[in-house]
Amino acid sequence: MNELSASSRITYRAVMVRSGMARRIRGLSDRTLAWLFITPTILLLLAINIFPLLWTIYLSFTNYRANRANVPTIWLGADWYQSILTDPDIWAAMQVTAHFVIWTVVIETVLGFGLAYLIDKKFRGHGMWTTIILLPMMLSPAVVGNFWTFLYQPQIGLFNYVIAFFTGRAASSFQMLGDVTLSPWAIVIVDAWMWTPYVMLICLAGLRSIPDYIYEAAEVDRASKWRQFWSITLPMALPFIMLAVLFRGIENFKMFDMVNLLTGGGPGSTTEVASITLKRAAFESWRTGYSSAFAIILFVTVFGLANIYVKALNKVKSR
Amino acid sequence: MKRTMKTLVVACGAVAAAFGVGAGTTPALAQGKTITLCWAAWDPANALVELSKDFTAKSGIGMKFEFVPWTNYADRFLNELNSHGSLCDLIIGDSQWIGGAAENGQYVKLNDFFKKEGISMDDYMPATVVGYSEWPKNTPNYWALPAMGDAVGWTYRKDWFARPDVQKDFKAKYGRDIGVPKTLDELKDIAQFFQGREIDGKKVYGASIYTERGSEGITMGVSNYLYDYGFKYDDPKKPYAMDGFVNSAGAVKGLEAYKELYKCCTPPGASNSYMSEGLDAFKSGQVALQMNFFAFFPGLYKDPNVGGDKIGFFVNPAGPAGQATQLGGQGISVVSYSKNQAEALQYIKWFSGGDVQKKWWALGGYSCAKSVLNDPSFPTSAPFAKEFLQSMGMVVDFWAEPSYAQLLQAEQKRVHDYMVADKGTAQEALDGLVKDWKAIFKEEGKKF
Repeated sequence: MNELSASSRITYRAVMVRSGMARRIRGLSDRTLAWLFITPTILLLLAINIFPLLWTIYLSFTNYRANRANVPTIWLGADWYQSILTDPDIWAAMQVTAHFVIWTVVIETVLGFGLAYLIDKKFRGHGMWTTIILLPMMLSPAVVGNFWTFLYQPQIGLFNYVIAFFTGRAASSFQMLGDVTLSPWAIVIVDAWMWTPYVMLICLAGLRSIPDYIYEAAEVDRASKWRQFWSITLPMALPFIMLAVLFRGIENFKMFDMVNLLTGGGPGSTTEVASITLKRAAFESWRTGYSSAFAIILFVTVFGLANIYVKALNKVKSR
Repeated sequence: MKRTMKTLVVACGAVAAAFGVGAGTTPALAQGKTITLCWAAWDPANALVELSKDFTAKSGIGMKFEFVPWTNYADRFLNELNSHGSLCDLIIGDSQWIGGAAENGQYVKLNDFFKKEGISMDDYMPATVVGYSEWPKNTPNYWALPAMGDAVGWTYRKDWFARPDVQKDFKAKYGRDIGVPKTLDELKDIAQFFQGREIDGKKVYGASIYTERGSEGITMGVSNYLYDYGFKYDDPKKPYAMDGFVNSAGAVKGLEAYKELYKCCTPPGASNSYMSEGLDAFKSGQVALQMNFFAFFPGLYKDPNVGGDKIGFFVNPAGPAGQATQLGGQGISVVSYSKNQAEALQYIKWFSGGDVQKKWWALGGYSCAKSVLNDPSFPTSAPFAKEFLQSMGMVVDFWAEPSYAQLLQAEQKRVHDYMVADKGTAQEALDGLVKDWKAIFKEEGKKF
């Protein structure tokens, strides 16, 4: 041993350690080994997902306020839940959210699928067009919110000028963000502009997954293009479309940043989606208990709807 | 070789400069003591940076600054205080925060310190002491040193008012000379007169007013009308009794008048305007009148396009029930979670000095010290100094209760819903506000 050089000694020790460890690992059962690997992930999940969820559930039954930690916490039972579910302002916010979610999902799905169908045709320059179409979704929602605020500006905004050009109305005669009728649509337009490419991408994956031989067989059977679309393309791409609807539905149900930047929930409360109401209760009013209850209600709603939807999706896939 | 050496020397110099090594090292950095001051990102903050260099030179304590734009100012720093963060050693917090910060133990109580250092609140304008330092109000419990006096005022285009065609047309229409409005009705006439008018071939508008929904904008704006029409937060004889005070007949008329001004005389797209939107509208030559805080007036006066002889300033005009204006401004407090409280207190002691206060005003900050404001030369020291002094004598502030944020949110919603979204009547809006405020105070355990 003494005759070994320094580097050899290090190598020797490393081999010994490795073989020792290997022996120890060899002694473990597959089950133990599996637990060993997943334990750090489980601990992490417990710490950053499960514990906060349980803590939020607990807080939702109390009068706790994060800015007054010195005030004794009182157990209120289901008071907050009752007051939220009977509050007309909360229901108004839920209606605004529903309007936003339904219209954005419908528009994005129709346009996204249409674009994917066109891009799938592999015309000349389709790669470049795909990249251009994808650009909006690569931007940050904060950037999108800010620059659409300028586009919607009645005096200098490009959007108003385009509308004025086609309708003959004065550009400054209407305001997209300050009008009660137009503002709910203004936020829908921006979201559709930003996220249609995302739906397109998912639909494109669906369209590209349809094997060519199916279309070839249909051609042999002299099926028209219309028939091919309804009998092959749409049914086979449907699981992908439904997946896109699920993703966009969940995302838009909790939409905050873009709407907050565009309208701040205004005019009045016309575009106050549920997450803006929640943020105001949690971090402006500091009604932590109340906002925890509201967050749980939103979570249960979105979780329940998503579960029903996933079951439907599985049915479609198994067909 | 010589060239390589030269490059090396330059590179070393650059690195040394970047790390603050060398002749420019301040005593503070040498001592390693630096304190952080938190405030909003606006013109006076730049003046404070300049002013604070004297503190560093004198005390050897370095200064770091954390400035946040107004739209995120409350969110950012209230989060910091509520999470017991030690980012800020000193904070220039909004006047309405004082109740919450005092009751939640976020600010250091300064009474003993003031006594020890001979700092007297009698040396400051009474309105600023009540507004920025005291909690509970009108009791000698001090949580801040009045630092930045401020109130809502108005600017107007002096050059437009001086045009012969404008003067002639105005006289023909209203039967009087155009001039600084003394009443809110006169102000509306002027705004209406300019709305849609062409000046030098450009379409201009009447007034830029506060209508912002997200933070505090519309409340800070409408208050100037409500106060003048007789609105009161509660019964002066019975605290928290709001019926007939918040929703009095006068207050309803005030709210209606503010909505009329918004509808008749603001530029298109002004449904969510606050300080910066007002500045933009005025600086770009869009509006004849602008409602904004005095803090911005030094910068506006220096503006090459609309400043100098082209701009004039006036106080919030009177209404049928009197004349008042919304208090702005802030006091400077020591954060109780700070690890550098001794140095932060040292800064407050230095800041309270007479010469420092004079320099503060000269640099563009608004001193609250009587030694500055009662100086005979003060009213003529700036074109807006007289108006500032007058405004500080008639200020009213929003609730400074620990639940101020909730109270503010309720007013933001009720007023914006009525004014901008055209929901319901002014009476319904103010009745609803009373209902909301009662519910908040009830939750707080207040008796009324």
